[in-house]
Amino acid sequence: MRRWSGWLLALVILALAGALQITLNDYYQRVLAVIAINIILAVSLNLTNGFTGDFSLGHAAFMAIGAYTSAVLTLPVRTKAVVLPELPRWLGQLEVPFVLALAFGALLAALVALLVGTPVLRLRGHYLSVATLGLMVIVQVVALNWQPITRGARGINGLPPFTTLLWAYGLMVLTVAVIWRLVNSPFGRDMIAVREDELAAACRGVRVFRTRLLAFVISAAFASVAGGLWAHLITAITPASFSFLLTFNVVAMVVIGGMGSISGSIAGAVLLSVLPELLRRVETSLALGGQPLYGLSQVVIALLMLAVMIFRPGGLFGRSELPDLLTRLRRPSAAPLANPRTSSSS
Amino acid sequence: MLTPTYLAQQLVNALNLGSLYALVAIGLTMVYGILRLINFAHGDMMTLGAYLALGIIALLALPVELALVLPMLLVAGVGLLVERLAYRPLRGAPEVAMLITSLAISSLIQNGATMTLTAQPRPVRLPSQLAQRIAIGELSLAVMDLVIVALALALMVALGVFVKRTTIGIAMRACSENLRAAQLMGVDVNRVIAIAFAISAGLAGVAGVLWSGKFGLVDPFMGFVPGLKAFVAAVIGGIGSIPGAVLGGYLLGFAEVLFVAFAPPGLSGYRDAFVFALLLIVLLVRPAGLLGQREVNRA
Amino acid sequence: MSTVPPSAPLLYVTQLSKAFRGVQALHEYALSLQPYTLLGVIGPNGAGKTTLFNILTGVVTPDRGRIVFDGRDLTGAAPDAICRAGIARTFQNIRLFRRMSVLDNVKVALQARQSSHFFTAVLRPPRFYAQERMLSERAMALLATLGLDAHTNLQADALPYGLQRRLEIAMALATEPKLLLLDEPAAGMNPTEADALMHLIVHLRDALKLTIILIEHNMRVVMGICERVQVLNYGQLIAEGTPEEVQNDLRVLQAYLGANTR
Repeated sequence: MRRWSGWLLALVILALAGALQITLNDYYQRVLAVIAINIILAVSLNLTNGFTGDFSLGHAAFMAIGAYTSAVLTLPVRTKAVVLPELPRWLGQLEVPFVLALAFGALLAALVALLVGTPVLRLRGHYLSVATLGLMVIVQVVALNWQPITRGARGINGLPPFTTLLWAYGLMVLTVAVIWRLVNSPFGRDMIAVREDELAAACRGVRVFRTRLLAFVISAAFASVAGGLWAHLITAITPASFSFLLTFNVVAMVVIGGMGSISGSIAGAVLLSVLPELLRRVETSLALGGQPLYGLSQVVIALLMLAVMIFRPGGLFGRSELPDLLTRLRRPSAAPLANPRTSSSS
Repeated sequence: MLTPTYLAQQLVNALNLGSLYALVAIGLTMVYGILRLINFAHGDMMTLGAYLALGIIALLALPVELALVLPMLLVAGVGLLVERLAYRPLRGAPEVAMLITSLAISSLIQNGATMTLTAQPRPVRLPSQLAQRIAIGELSLAVMDLVIVALALALMVALGVFVKRTTIGIAMRACSENLRAAQLMGVDVNRVIAIAFAISAGLAGVAGVLWSGKFGLVDPFMGFVPGLKAFVAAVIGGIGSIPGAVLGGYLLGFAEVLFVAFAPPGLSGYRDAFVFALLLIVLLVRPAGLLGQREVNRA
Repeated sequence: MSTVPPSAPLLYVTQLSKAFRGVQALHEYALSLQPYTLLGVIGPNGAGKTTLFNILTGVVTPDRGRIVFDGRDLTGAAPDAICRAGIARTFQNIRLFRRMSVLDNVKVALQARQSSHFFTAVLRPPRFYAQERMLSERAMALLATLGLDAHTNLQADALPYGLQRRLEIAMALATEPKLLLLDEPAAGMNPTEADALMHLIVHLRDALKLTIILIEHNMRVVMGICERVQVLNYGQLIAEGTPEEVQNDLRVLQAYLGANTR
């Protein structure tokens, strides 16, 4: 029965997204789309940071790669001639469908992740944190300086608004499904084993480096897809959009939701997407000395994260998934059972 | 182009930048050595120092010397406070918990500053005695340049003496060598860690003041990238090693200035990308850095 | 020790040496191990026994020496490659995947020999479910052999200490080794538990045609089940032979009694 419940859930979500796309006003559609994009980001980041135990801070970089790739590939040829006149000829005359552009961005991000991960993932896990932040700076610098492609600091605007609710939620469902299945497969067991004890995993025959690299590359590819979706939702991108702030917020979603829980990442993403929307009103209405309190919602998120680390280090969900929690509610048992997450679900 | 004066000018720039990186890298390496924590909020201590100096000069009209010393002490105090409130409760938790906390503190400082002081960069007007220029032959140096190098060197020597000669300094090295063993030997680990955080933050605070004096602007995000670059410096030198941090700091300063001075014109905008590409190369070729020891994995 | 070897040695080690910061942990160690032997390695604390295991499993790279296993030179190979080549170990201070279920712990070790494909895992053709089912069945069978079948869904760190040791053995066996390295498997057990474990080890050796190297402090245990014994002291191999020969060796007595020989 459980094998079909995943499909059913996906279908319901897509039907809802389709219905809301017609009925809801622009503001709420946008908020809902942002939620879906954030879920893609959080769930994919969780693959490295939660399941494999490598703390990547590279999501903004991979998003930027996806956003710029998709922007340059999908911009109509006539617009390109005006906005990006210095584009190489072949690129200037290329106009690619949205899906293909997203796929290509994902491929490019995966390639970059491979390039960065190969030297870094052989080392202790936390070198990855710095290297990926470094990657963020590199990507920002390239976006700022590679004028013919990116228009530098001015950024690219007037992107076609491709990102509908159906696209956002369709790709969100795809992301969650792929990562859920990956985590509940031999690959996922290898990742968790690496997280729990790298050396012991190697001594049990786990190809540690390959496992870590796989998680990192897949995570990067989905971050890139989210970046592409986001670019065509906002319809304007600049290098400054892909800053530490962005990465930090995704990290906060994963940490607050629970590292190593897909349900947790989804909950974290929803929470941290809605919270700033609510606080935005406070930011502008509560004025300190006549100044709007820009930054308030970020301060709240930072404090929330500090509190989680001290009082509930496992986050909201710990490492449990929603289906397991529901089963446990129905059949409470005394023994500390491990998460019954092997095979057969989805 | 390549006149002796030009080269001398670049040398001064490199020494300046190197001194600042070294000051910041020392703090990172000290804390990493003891706790295996990559302190992402370290660069933001520079920001705090710079804002404090700005406030002290502008609002309180105190003498320049105090604008250096007071921020150092105050930021050291902040380091102490942060350690007590945010890191100490995590003692014994997985390493990643502290890393996450440092990210949160970084965001807290950046956005706290944005909220209260706005994100608008504020210009720094150097007091006249620092803005003065001295001419040596054709070379013209700002007093500020000399102050940066001299002060950095003085602080490094002082730190060297502290770590080598004082009881607490020796305890700190012991903790860096093996935290658990040091604890068993009766070292008050909490005290050592607190002092390491204080010194680390204090040095970053001074570096922030000097940085803002050199480059003329203060904003809530000014410390973040220099903090990351200082980590690159620490890795180049061998993370965990204080002499390594100094060496790495100056090497990085020179590498960056050389890149900007000699790279083809279109590429100088890529200086930050160059620094982090350097990090990836170092990690690939010599992950233990120049003076560091390889971390042994024990079964 | 004068008998002619019946076949080529399974493990052949020469001149193995390793120093840590100047301290010689292992010096010129040599071993020629016939298949199906149960070799005991004894010696005082710090004699280099665990270092030997660490080198044999690729956790530590030797300064000098060669390791030939099953006809392959494994010197300097990575731990996972050595595992797949057929050497498995347990750890002195138990290393499990603590927050995974007992069953999953064994599955991780089992799947090292199975080829998994990314698209199989994501697209899940019937083959995927068949493979997973087979993995579970084999894991259950193995856990039953070790007497752990009542605890398969428990989180590994919730197991009592003695059962954690057994789980580690199950994981080692799951990698289908030819050579099993056991690092103080009876440590912390009472005599009854230790005896049961030793019977199990002998049984496993016979049933699975294993070759075993056993590090153990419990002399009674070692002398009771090992065919051959090596004695290490300060990284040096000081004696080798049958349990009787070793027990009567003067150098061994001196090493254990701490008598100053010079």
